[in-house]
Amino acid sequence: MLSLALPLAVALVALAMALNLVRLVLGPQLVDRILALDTLNVNAIGLVVMLGLLLGTKAYLEAALILAMMGFVGTVALAKYLLSGDLIE
Amino acid sequence: MSFLVEALVSFLLLFGAVFAVVGSIGLVRLPDFFTRLHGPTKATTLGIGAIVVALLLHSTASAGAVSLKELAISLFLFITAPVSAHVLAKAALKARR
Amino acid sequence: MSRWLPQPVLTFVIAGLWLVVVSSFTLNSLVMAGLVGIAIPLLVRGFWTDRPHLRRPLRALGLLGRVLVDILIANLQVARRVLGPLSRLRPAFVTIPLDVSSPYVATILGSIVSLTPGTVSVEIEMEARTMLVHALDAPDPQALVATVKTRYEAPLKEIFGC
Repeated sequence: MLSLALPLAVALVALAMALNLVRLVLGPQLVDRILALDTLNVNAIGLVVMLGLLLGTKAYLEAALILAMMGFVGTVALAKYLLSGDLIE
Repeated sequence: MSFLVEALVSFLLLFGAVFAVVGSIGLVRLPDFFTRLHGPTKATTLGIGAIVVALLLHSTASAGAVSLKELAISLFLFITAPVSAHVLAKAALKARR
Repeated sequence: MSRWLPQPVLTFVIAGLWLVVVSSFTLNSLVMAGLVGIAIPLLVRGFWTDRPHLRRPLRALGLLGRVLVDILIANLQVARRVLGPLSRLRPAFVTIPLDVSSPYVATILGSIVSLTPGTVSVEIEMEARTMLVHALDAPDPQALVATVKTRYEAPLKEIFGC
């Protein structure tokens, strides 16, 4: 059962990432692109985690944890840039 | 691994993947930024959270010990999603004014 | 105590998280977890607003359970609205007057509102005591304000006592 569900879930998340890419290209504003990047990153966490399950290794968990942290910091930094015009006041 | 655990893991994986797709459809389909914000903050967060919890169940069942790293990832996602949505909404509001 | 451990709970959370990430329970990692747990709260002391005390911990657990269930329901609603006809959506900005006085509690309320019922908190103004919220589908803004106030704000006020 899992051998059927896992590839299907990977395909669905990959579809979600393709849709994010559409929004990333279309824009129209900078905020839309940042939101698309953030969503792409969250989906990438899911993909990496499932890849670890597929390959039977736990090493991918660290990658997922780092993606989660760096993605959050990156999104907040980009939004802060839009809010104040620079990062370090 | 028992049949029940495998069924639960498969269900959670598919449930999460479907919600990730729903969030991304919202991101593409909805008309303006503020409505678009709803898809990723709720649906995608729950979807990826469910996938990570599925993995937590799987590794706990196969190793016989609770693996807390997955729980940390999913907690982190649920804590940070509203915060990044909030800063993005604030930035969009400022750009609109 | 308060000078070297300004946030005892945060210290334990960070140390625990360190142990989880390292995933070993040797003397080495214990010492490192303790050092990190003491150093980080000291370094971020300047950014921290004063936190009101948790008055009713059991009530907090109840609220957590309610929020988790609501997250699930809200997601099903958002999924239905995203996949359904877009012309029927009535997105709106709604201003919610806040009763809570502490910025810390207002932040928790904002996070709950963002994760739960078809709404995202956009701006919290502590001076004016209002929270600007964007709703995906709000045919009746007054009902939305009432729901947020009774369902989430009242328990939060009770839990933190302010």
